Amino acid sequence: MTVGQRGWGMRLVTLWLPLAVSLVFALFPFYWMAVTSLKTNQELYSRKVMPLVVHNPTLKHYVDLLTETNFLEWTWNTFVVAVMSTAISLVFGAMLAYPLARMRFAGATLVSFAIAATYLVPQPLLFVPLADLINRLGLGDTLTSVILTYPTLLIPFCAWLLMGYFRTVPIELEDAARIDGASRLQTLVKIVLPLCGPGFISAGIFAFTLAQNEFLYALIFLTKTEVRTVPVGAIAELVRGDVFYWGQLMAAALLGSIPVAIIYSFFVEHYVAGLTAGSVKG
Amino acid sequence: MTVETLAPAALRRRPPAFSFGRWLEREGVFSWLMVALPVAFLVALVGYPFFYGIWISLQSRPVAQPGVFIGLDNFIADWHDSVFRQVVLNTFVYTIAATLLKMAGGLGLALVMNQDFKFKNLARALLLLPFIVPTVLSTIAWQWILDPAFSVVNWVLVHSGLVENPGPSWLGNPYLAMFSLIMVNTWRGLPFYAITLLAGLQTISPELYEAATIDGAGRFGRFRYVTLPLLKPIIFIVTMFSVIFTFADFQLIYVLTRGGPANATHVFATYAFDIAMGAGQFGQGASIALSMVPPLALLILAMAIYLRPEKT
Repeated sequence: MTVGQRGWGMRLVTLWLPLAVSLVFALFPFYWMAVTSLKTNQELYSRKVMPLVVHNPTLKHYVDLLTETNFLEWTWNTFVVAVMSTAISLVFGAMLAYPLARMRFAGATLVSFAIAATYLVPQPLLFVPLADLINRLGLGDTLTSVILTYPTLLIPFCAWLLMGYFRTVPIELEDAARIDGASRLQTLVKIVLPLCGPGFISAGIFAFTLAQNEFLYALIFLTKTEVRTVPVGAIAELVRGDVFYWGQLMAAALLGSIPVAIIYSFFVEHYVAGLTAGSVKG
Repeated sequence: MTVETLAPAALRRRPPAFSFGRWLEREGVFSWLMVALPVAFLVALVGYPFFYGIWISLQSRPVAQPGVFIGLDNFIADWHDSVFRQVVLNTFVYTIAATLLKMAGGLGLALVMNQDFKFKNLARALLLLPFIVPTVLSTIAWQWILDPAFSVVNWVLVHSGLVENPGPSWLGNPYLAMFSLIMVNTWRGLPFYAITLLAGLQTISPELYEAATIDGAGRFGRFRYVTLPLLKPIIFIVTMFSVIFTFADFQLIYVLTRGGPANATHVFATYAFDIAMGAGQFGQGASIALSMVPPLALLILAMAIYLRPEKT
């Protein structure tokens, strides 16, 4: 009996308690977004009402957000930018990864070093020259400006991850295809790529969430409401002067998070594989 | 004795005539055909801007005017700028405190998660949410949680009798503002640490723990002499990423405090942004951004010395 009780008490202290605290800490802001977005303004800005639950739920902030602001347009922009930059990154990442994983060529070390270095360059280091470059190219206030620059943040990661997957394809399969007369390109497209589907999903999900998350380049390159992404739109247009529209802001934060969260929930395993591949396998 | 028969001369291989198709199939050629385009892309949008940024930092370059070469004057001006010195200090405090918290908390959470329990995958998925949701959006939520007038944290603290009404000003007091930023950064980055370290923990063979137990190691001994050494390489890589991206953090600080109150939370990225985009001094801004490189390199070097995985 006592052993069982002690085991249970031990498990409470070493597992359930810390887990519960972590979950509350991790999830409270999302709960708070939801609760705030459903409150009326009187309730929101009253110091007398108990704030932890909603007393008179209303969808007014959502209606206002969708009808009075360009939120839907920002969502669409964010989606287009994330999909395009992810697609570019996967294609370029694979083009870099396959030769590096499988072939010997002059300059291979230099190329892989350049990829690693790019991986470690944070955006704030480059925003001044890039802003100038984007202006000179006449790309200011176009989605193209971010579709072109986001892949610089995503390609190194995609290339690194895909290299690991390409290496897992048995070389005998490729040799057999080559002996049967397939060219290198055919071998890659018909034999290797189909076997690396999970790698592309992992890299794609990861790139997609990173692209949705980017803020600095979007803030600098996109200054007109019709080209803005959700994070920039929320910061720049839902805060008017010193006035914060908290109900709408929280509704925007929640709605902006949901697409990422849904896609993520379908591919959690792939996402975790991508997240950990770089450090665990490396 | 067998005599090797030589193939008749006519059948002997002649050097093949040059074939374009076969040339394309050579490893060196095919490889470069593949990597050329992405490499050119990265050179154009990362390599070139990097060096162009150095060139801009050597110019006096107000917005919409041609730059004038002034040598290292921008960097010298930074050095004498009291705000810049504060920025350096802030960035170090922010990076070191947040990284240590994420490291300790992430390791703790990974150890907790490394036990068998129901709904483990669900718990892992939920714990990762802070990391995958766009930072700006979750930071807006934190800004409201820490609001000067309607902070829910203060409501709880006041109503549980822990502090006097109206409670501390989380983003208005210089020290508390830095503290708040560090907490929010930890909130966002800790799951990444925990999940990555958890993946590392799962690769450790149970036999090693059994062996250590037979040798008389207790809970702590097993952690100290089995877990920690085997996790070291992963801790090193995760920490390197964390240090770089915390040191260069922009969005969290921009949203929560914009560097205030009174520059108490300005870091390199936000200050460079203010000078370049706000004040329109591109040269000065570029010099501040570039000033990140030497201290960042020092931090990484120091970390490499302390955390270096033993060469295998």
